Amino acid sequence: MASRGIKDQVAIVGMGCTPFGERWDASLADMLVDAATQAYTSAGVTKDEVDAYWLGTMNSGWSGMTLATALKTDFRPVTRVENFCATGSEAFRNACYAVASGAYDMAMAIGGEKLKDTGYSGLVRANPAHDGTTSTMGGPARFSLLVPAYADKYGVSRDELRRVMTRIAWKNHYNGARNPLAAFRSEVSPETIEASPKIAGDLGIYDCSGVSDGAAAAIIVRAEDAYRYTDHPIFVKALAFVAGSGRGSLDQSYDYTTFEECARSAQDAYAQAGVINPREEISMAEVHDCFTPTEMVLMEDLGFSEPGQAWRDVLDGAFDLDGVVPINTDGGLKSFGHPIGASGLRMMYECWLQLRGEAPAERQIELTGRGYGMTHNLGGMPGECVSFVSIVGRDLG
Amino acid sequence: MSSGILRYGAYVPHWRLRREAIGATLGSSAGRGTRSVASYDEDTTTLAVEAARIALHGWSGPVDEVLLATTSPAYQDKTNATAVAAALNLGSDLFSGDVVGAVRSGVAAFRSGAATEGTSLVTTADIRTGRPGSADEASGGDAAAAFLLGEGEVLAEQLASVSRSAEFLDRWRVPGATHSQVWEERFGENQYVPLAVEALSAALERAGVGVDDLDRVAVGGLHTRANAAFARRAGVARPQLSGLGAQVGNAGAAQAWLELADWLDSASPGAVAAVVVLADGVDVLVVRATEALTRNRSPRPIARQLAATRDDLSYATFLTWRGMLEREAPRRPSPDRPAAPPSERAVAWKFGFTASTCECGQRHLPPQQVCVTCGAVDRMRPESLRENRGHVATFTVDHLAYSLSPPTLSCIVDLDGGGRFASELTDADVDQLAVGTRVEMTFRRLWTTDGVHNYFWKGRPVAELGEDH
Repeated sequence: MASRGIKDQVAIVGMGCTPFGERWDASLADMLVDAATQAYTSAGVTKDEVDAYWLGTMNSGWSGMTLATALKTDFRPVTRVENFCATGSEAFRNACYAVASGAYDMAMAIGGEKLKDTGYSGLVRANPAHDGTTSTMGGPARFSLLVPAYADKYGVSRDELRRVMTRIAWKNHYNGARNPLAAFRSEVSPETIEASPKIAGDLGIYDCSGVSDGAAAAIIVRAEDAYRYTDHPIFVKALAFVAGSGRGSLDQSYDYTTFEECARSAQDAYAQAGVINPREEISMAEVHDCFTPTEMVLMEDLGFSEPGQAWRDVLDGAFDLDGVVPINTDGGLKSFGHPIGASGLRMMYECWLQLRGEAPAERQIELTGRGYGMTHNLGGMPGECVSFVSIVGRDLG
Repeated sequence: MSSGILRYGAYVPHWRLRREAIGATLGSSAGRGTRSVASYDEDTTTLAVEAARIALHGWSGPVDEVLLATTSPAYQDKTNATAVAAALNLGSDLFSGDVVGAVRSGVAAFRSGAATEGTSLVTTADIRTGRPGSADEASGGDAAAAFLLGEGEVLAEQLASVSRSAEFLDRWRVPGATHSQVWEERFGENQYVPLAVEALSAALERAGVGVDDLDRVAVGGLHTRANAAFARRAGVARPQLSGLGAQVGNAGAAQAWLELADWLDSASPGAVAAVVVLADGVDVLVVRATEALTRNRSPRPIARQLAATRDDLSYATFLTWRGMLEREAPRRPSPDRPAAPPSERAVAWKFGFTASTCECGQRHLPPQQVCVTCGAVDRMRPESLRENRGHVATFTVDHLAYSLSPPTLSCIVDLDGGGRFASELTDADVDQLAVGTRVEMTFRRLWTTDGVHNYFWKGRPVAELGEDH
């Protein structure tokens, strides 16, 4: 299987991100226009210069018309994509390929989601007609399955894992408290986290990402054109995407302590970018902290911790703002909520800020390693999911 | 070759309600003892399936007919016995039909099954209750019994059958009503008792046995007072009667058959029992156990099932499960109704829990065309796993999932011999959720949306029933 990647062929030259939260004030169209307008301004371009659009939204609108009619994209091609929780990242990946292919000079990847208008807690999705035999387990329940399995496999007590989950929630809210765009902008004490009502298994409310609205956008050009728009473009080093076969849901060999899809997409991305030791070379990563145990397990799948060691690394502060690999420096899904189509691009927006040194001082990290940032999404559930990993960098080469 | 009972089985739900709990809530006396309660995810169809699974345990012969008798069918217009047959993987080469509406339907099904050429699986199942505080609520019960009738090595043979028909108004319910109405009970008692005494006498004469020769008299019918008076008047002694009512209550159309099954659980070869049903007339059936009974008893005797049940169900939960107490639902959309075409395409999976197993040995639940291990296409054979057991690989308590009885216990079940299934766990406590907990499958009604019942399989913890498996 070939996965050659497009290292250093395209660059991001402008980005925009709306405030996330309960946006009772804004429709999806309003938020898409806001994010797109910010991105045009950021890149110093006009709408006329963008040749094509990729829109990511999972459930808030159908077809490219959702964007075309909101933004009046003037007969430009708009492709609407959906790939579960990686929807925003999928819009980005395909826009990058379109530019790298030479088909277009400038493309916009944009994602948005309106979750708060449904009137329900959690995600709501319309399913195709079915036979009624699919498990009713919701997202929190599915991901909570990781906890007893991890405890059992590595001989870590569930009380100890509770401390790990608390640490992750505390860290991400600490970071989010330093982000004006986040939906939840307060620090949360470990006591509050542990006292929150249970949602599924060992997961309390503070172990779950919130439900919110938001949109984000990126403008992509060929790498050789990048410095025409900004002195500090962000170059795409790797784009990896994996869709699992569902083996984990069918076969007993899967033990619910890892995401094979995430490990494989990370390996692919590291190969594309030429990363040998991710813990040393990746300066920061925005990972899919849909639930706190997810982030713990991801540290192992993405190669930041040895198998069975992530829980220790979390407690040691390895992933704090001043840790070995700062994770979710913007506050993550924990602080932003998870408007599906927007999240992947919201993560990229944090890489854009951090790698350009534009994050607010109180959360700006010192760029160690190769100055690489990573974004990661997974969509689905343990055992059968899609996974996306991107690596971006400040410099060519 | 003689005709009679080839196999039998009975099913009593996991939950029982103390009658004192009714009295404590309503500030009245509802008597003592308990009544059995079908869980929120059970109906008469699923009860019948559970009893039939027990009855057919180890049976490798044909089943030519499936009958379902109940006063409370899960569907009208649509046949319910077809779902029972599908859950048992009996294929399409058989007759399936319902006998529904009256308490006497159980007798009607049994008589019809006994007269059938070939083998007939007669299932009787009922869920009985009444308005809060009513005698029907306290004395009702939920249970099922199944009998495979036919020729061959029967475990019990029929010695006599006598019926008397009588048109009078004792108990009635117009279609659509949720509760019965009854006339003054003294009137019904006056009608039933002499008729029953006479019918029993006629049946015993035909069978050539006396009342004292009866090892058990299994009495059915919802007129509690008439049932007791009949026994006294007929000279039936207390030890000849079953004590099931105190624990199970009266399961309507299934009651007499449940009591017959209970007798068969321990009867000696040669012993004789009479089934007497007082319902719009009287029916008497006299049967004698044979030597074959010792080889073909139910693998799950009722007494052992009862010993493994829970009797601490709260009255509020009972009312909720029966739809008499509408509680606030989680802030989640109600689940979709299952669609007819995909349900039909997947009937072997949805009803029969039939997986697909690849030539390479990999099992797939749900069935797949392409093997997830070796990638082979269409090299699968169907394999029903409903009688397989497994263990919990990991688990959760889902407070967010839509359920009539939240929270939902869910787990990943790894089946013995391969295959994995994401399952709800029913009839279970949170403290039974652990990696390694032994699980077996049970046929349930997951939910009902737009009047469509979503039948499928769940796991339940394996109870210590002492059976051979």
